[in-house]
Amino acid sequence: MSLKVLTFLVVGATFALYIYIAIRSKAKNTGDFYIASKGVHPVLNGMATGADWMSAASFIGMAGLIAFLGYDGSVYLMGWTGGYCLLAMLLAPYLRKFGKFTVSEFIGERYYSNTARMVGVICLVTASVTYVIGQMTGIGVVFSRFLDVSYANGIYIGMTIVFIYAVFGGMKGVTNTQVAQYCVLIFAYTVPAIFISLTLTGTPIPQLGLGGTMADGSGTFLLDKLDTILVNLGFAAYTAQKMSTLNVLFLTMSLMIGTAGLPHVIMRFFTVPKVKDARSSAGWALVFIAVLYTTAPAVGAMARMNLMQTIQHGEVGSIDGNIEYAKVPSWFKSWEKTGLLKFEDKNGDGRIQYYDEKGLKNAESYGWKGNEMVTVNRDIMVLANPEIAGLPNWVIALTAAGGIAAALSTAAGLLLAIASAISHDVLKGWLMPNISDQQELKYSRVAIGGAIIVAGYLGLNPPGFAAQTVALAFGLAASSIFPAIMMGIFSKRVNDKGAIAGMLVGLGSTLIYIFIYLGWFFIKGTNMLPNTPDNWLFGINPQSFGTIGAILNFIAAYAVSNLTAEPPEKIQKLVEDIRVPIKAD
Amino acid sequence: MSEKSREEYWRRNVKLVVQCLIVWFVVSFGFGIILVHPLNAISLGGYKLGFWFAQQGSIYIFVALIFFYSSRMGKLDKEFGVEED
Repeated sequence: MSLKVLTFLVVGATFALYIYIAIRSKAKNTGDFYIASKGVHPVLNGMATGADWMSAASFIGMAGLIAFLGYDGSVYLMGWTGGYCLLAMLLAPYLRKFGKFTVSEFIGERYYSNTARMVGVICLVTASVTYVIGQMTGIGVVFSRFLDVSYANGIYIGMTIVFIYAVFGGMKGVTNTQVAQYCVLIFAYTVPAIFISLTLTGTPIPQLGLGGTMADGSGTFLLDKLDTILVNLGFAAYTAQKMSTLNVLFLTMSLMIGTAGLPHVIMRFFTVPKVKDARSSAGWALVFIAVLYTTAPAVGAMARMNLMQTIQHGEVGSIDGNIEYAKVPSWFKSWEKTGLLKFEDKNGDGRIQYYDEKGLKNAESYGWKGNEMVTVNRDIMVLANPEIAGLPNWVIALTAAGGIAAALSTAAGLLLAIASAISHDVLKGWLMPNISDQQELKYSRVAIGGAIIVAGYLGLNPPGFAAQTVALAFGLAASSIFPAIMMGIFSKRVNDKGAIAGMLVGLGSTLIYIFIYLGWFFIKGTNMLPNTPDNWLFGINPQSFGTIGAILNFIAAYAVSNLTAEPPEKIQKLVEDIRVPIKAD
Repeated sequence: MSEKSREEYWRRNVKLVVQCLIVWFVVSFGFGIILVHPLNAISLGGYKLGFWFAQQGSIYIFVALIFFYSSRMGKLDKEFGVEED
């Protein structure tokens, strides 16, 4: 059976599974649709949260990112996991006790203000829409690379699948499919990782292999060997820090706070039966996420090692130290066709030289005329992994299914967050308060259908700034949503005016700082300062600014609250009530 | 639940959160970032210790922390008679 047919079969089988689950979990009322009637087991909710959280970027992009960043890639590993501690201890249990449908609903009731609720909706929708674009492009990319289906058709197929289970099943359908999608994606991720670890280090556990010795009998540790190889070719050592410590700290913190403040993640904790389930479920979510997040650094380092050793298989500078282009393995050629790998024989010797021109001073004495690997797209580190490791075709087919599962599950969670904010907060909460439960359910289905069409449109016409928008989503969640909810629980004194001022200051300062360096509304050429370290305020990267935005939010909220009247008695009672698992009086 | 015991319950919860978050901060921002260079002088198998905390250890400790918090809160709920049935 050809690889293409096999891939169609595997991906098709997973789609059939998702649709089967969807048919079995139709939402009957708004409780089903928004929060699966609070009936999701905490372990299953943890699994669903894992799929909800791990996006196309986590599955396809992260290991490649780490492969080229080395130690600096730790910001993503710690940032995207540490946020779950904040979620488990500072937000999830209290929001579950509050027991309503959406994040903005909490902001509206706690700050007894529809304005606050609508500011919350704006933050939520902006963060979620920017994030969903990346999922749509991820689906298109996987389809076009593995199945020879055009990018646009790939997105249409993805939209149809999400439409079926999200529109009919709401949170109930999304939860059940996310559980299945977690299983698909984690299997697809770990199988190639285990084989690569076995080949390189002789141990099947990638987390141990990364700290183990090479299987070539030399007795050298893998990481030491990788450092040596890279340094000999003029690159920075893998385990060395390249970013400034200040930016490492601030970026990690921004990603942590942003993770805890992303509405589609918070919302998952509304679906468990009890407050204590919300606490443990965050732990389970992190267990399931950690399986991938502790494997990714091993995949990254090992894939980089494979790539370097394939090209530079002998001593640096010796005539036959570099591979002849005519003898490259087949995966090299097949990824060259996609344009993700590009080789240019600058010195015409028929061999490939891959090195850092700035770092390797005596390259010319070897007869090298520049780095010849002109393009090495980092995404191939995961996508080409099974081929590099020489794994059977079914594993390659599985990687495609895993990438699609990661993108679909995150897209569905985000779309549900957007749709419930529109139907529950804007329509039921503000514009048409008198509609019945069944009418609201109808509107929420229309809202999610509309959200899917908008997301599909943005996926087909991605704004040129797709990569930067992820930073924006985390920056917004960190600087607006997280502080507003946390103060709502931990302070009785913060009032409506304080919270609104805080959210606007946090959101505004973060947006402005990002726009100054990346262009107003990301339009090319409208940036006011070049996006380079010496222009950054105190050397802070726009990506890392969410931390500062959050601090400004806290300061503004406390200052304004202390100058204005304290919240009414009823609200102070509400805060006391959400702090205790059962009814407190 | 009396006002006094409610306040006491909340005070104990906040204290536990603060203790957990100190550990959270120390293993990631402390060991993984600020102290990464001195810790890298120590090795853990083929890992440099600071590098290990940044790419592996902090994540394992985060998981353990959440379950620790969750179980201690479970005990606190029982002690104050506010556990759900």
